[in-house]
Amino acid sequence: MHTESLSGQGVFPARNTEPRPEHPPEVPLAIHDLTVAYQRKPVLWDIELNIPEGKLVGIVGPNGAGKSTLLKACLDLVPRTSGWAHIYGVPYRKARHRVAYVPQRESVDWDFPVNALDVVAMGAYRRLGWFRRVNAAETKRAMEALDQVGIAHLAHRQISQLSGGQQQRVFLARALMQDADLYLMDEPFAAVDAATEQAIVDLLRRLSGEGKTCLVVHHDLATVTSYFDWIVLINMRVVAAGPTAETFTRDNLQKTYGGKLSLLEKAAEALRSTPR
Amino acid sequence: MPGLSEILEVLLLQNYNTRLVVLSTTLLGIAAGLVGSFLLLRKRSLMGDALSHATLPGIAIAFGVMVALGGEGKSLPALLLGATLSGVAGIATMLIIRNTTRLRDDVAMGFVLSVFFGVGVASLRMVQDLPNAAGLESFIYGKAASVVMSDFLLIALVAGAASLVCLIFLKEFLVLCFDDGYAAAQGWPTLFLDVLLLGLVTAVTVIGLQSVGLILVIAFLITPPTAARFWTDRLLPMLLISAVIGGVSGWLGASLSALTPRLPAGAVIVLVAAALFLVSMLFAPVRGVLPRILNQAALRRKEDRQHFLRAAYEILEDQAGDAPVANRSFPYEALLPKRSWTPRHLRQILRVARREDHLEPAPPGRLRLSEPGFGEAARVTRNHRLWETYLIQYADVAPSHVDRDADMVEHILGAELVRELEAKLGGTLPDQRVPPSPHSTGDRNTRSG
Repeated sequence: MHTESLSGQGVFPARNTEPRPEHPPEVPLAIHDLTVAYQRKPVLWDIELNIPEGKLVGIVGPNGAGKSTLLKACLDLVPRTSGWAHIYGVPYRKARHRVAYVPQRESVDWDFPVNALDVVAMGAYRRLGWFRRVNAAETKRAMEALDQVGIAHLAHRQISQLSGGQQQRVFLARALMQDADLYLMDEPFAAVDAATEQAIVDLLRRLSGEGKTCLVVHHDLATVTSYFDWIVLINMRVVAAGPTAETFTRDNLQKTYGGKLSLLEKAAEALRSTPR
Repeated sequence: MPGLSEILEVLLLQNYNTRLVVLSTTLLGIAAGLVGSFLLLRKRSLMGDALSHATLPGIAIAFGVMVALGGEGKSLPALLLGATLSGVAGIATMLIIRNTTRLRDDVAMGFVLSVFFGVGVASLRMVQDLPNAAGLESFIYGKAASVVMSDFLLIALVAGAASLVCLIFLKEFLVLCFDDGYAAAQGWPTLFLDVLLLGLVTAVTVIGLQSVGLILVIAFLITPPTAARFWTDRLLPMLLISAVIGGVSGWLGASLSALTPRLPAGAVIVLVAAALFLVSMLFAPVRGVLPRILNQAALRRKEDRQHFLRAAYEILEDQAGDAPVANRSFPYEALLPKRSWTPRHLRQILRVARREDHLEPAPPGRLRLSEPGFGEAARVTRNHRLWETYLIQYADVAPSHVDRDADMVEHILGAELVRELEAKLGGTLPDQRVPPSPHSTGDRNTRSG
């Protein structure tokens, strides 16, 4: 990585010394100079990104490219080595109410003693504040959120009794409860059935139709062009970002996936099968 | 053997000598049940174990310091303060090991547990020769009988406060334990909540040292919630059941121990908790082992019944040819090749069918469905075919929307979809008529053609 600056500008990569770029507060997510390292090993390097409003944005890249970490860094869940991420022009801690996060499904223990409704109601916890219990109004909203993802009839099921796709829908319903403007979703399409995949796509389209912005970590190259208006190709650093039609090119995929041939072949196949 | 009146006296807290002891372990059990639930759900049980073992050096050192300062040494609050400090030091050591090295959590916990306990045993030996040191080692295994009024007040106060905090922070602990990343993203102070939870664990551990002892107190924290989990799938009921199991263990355990002087309270309490755990594991209706086995057996019987009725209906269809299917007798031999039944299994199925009045008396070697049996067979067959058609037509939708174990297809598919499927299967069939099988090999209705 970073060989250009090493060879071009001496041993130390030149820090960006320009003043912070002014971005209007309607930019849902602006990332500048973001570097994240685990145990001194960089995971994300010099990320520069401005996500446009109302777009359905896919984050695509190989395993270990830092896709999930990028979301977590925006949410202050992992420490940043440098740089910042601003949400509607302010740091995350001041914009929490405008952001909903959908973690990876595998990140929780689904044998937990709660039912689907309990999990969805968690989306209201921040609104309720300290110590206040979930009230009837929030329970009603939670039922509506479950209804929006098509599983209202499963509200009282213990969550381990749900299929993978249904569990993913529960997570989405929980995010809907927050009534956010920016949705950060970590692999919502991972290991879900076709019906759930379609339901999620419909939901995402509806959200972006309402002017909401969705940032979705995604790994299935075959569906990228049909799902997303905008994509970010990432492999430790941003390889390319922009409207899908211009950005999802063979050349950019080559740069993103490097020598991983099988993946490249899949990508090529995806490109061929996409009507242009 | 103590007499019945004596037993009742102890259990009902009438006995002055044992009343405080029994009451204190009961309160302790309630608090342990509540705090332990969150400890278990946060998957920090081992950390609690390390914590309790790490309290021992503090007890010995606190005693030594107090004697050196000219005090009498064995003041319970001071000893427990020492225990708390060294317990916290143990946890801190563990966190430092975890965050500065690449050692795994369990290694760090094992290290802290054994090293701190070793230091504790060694320092206990060192202060043993100081005056008035006898009885310090009872903190290892616990000695409930030594509880006096001031100890009781301390235990009651701490246990009550810990229980209250658990219930007040119910929602916050729930989101922390279920999904800490989400909790942090929502802005909950997860570090504070984790510290608070560990603080509660420390508090319960420390007040449990005197009566249950530091080795067994972790069992008192973990067993009640584990047992409670078998009875329910919701958090609040689990907390309450866990508190009840903890309280009952403390009450019964201390009472039994008081009645038989040679049995140490800590061990008896943990054994009572373990017995309640065993009962829960075997018999709890929600997740118990026995109800699950019975459920599976019932499901198998239901499957057998449906398979039999459908096989019988298909035979009747074959007999009827193009005419409407009528309830006639059919040969037993026709049934056997329908499925991979052994003759013995089939005889058993038929026995059940007779008991359920699905079969009527028939000539030897032949079988005849009863009127209700025939109706049920038609219903089962119809549902099965609608279901198959649904799978064929909407196969990609199926896994998420439907529950295979449904008796009434209408309930899961919706009346409209059922009508649509019926339309696809056989034009505008009136309700409850049986459509032909959707796959070609089972096309028995057109056999004659």
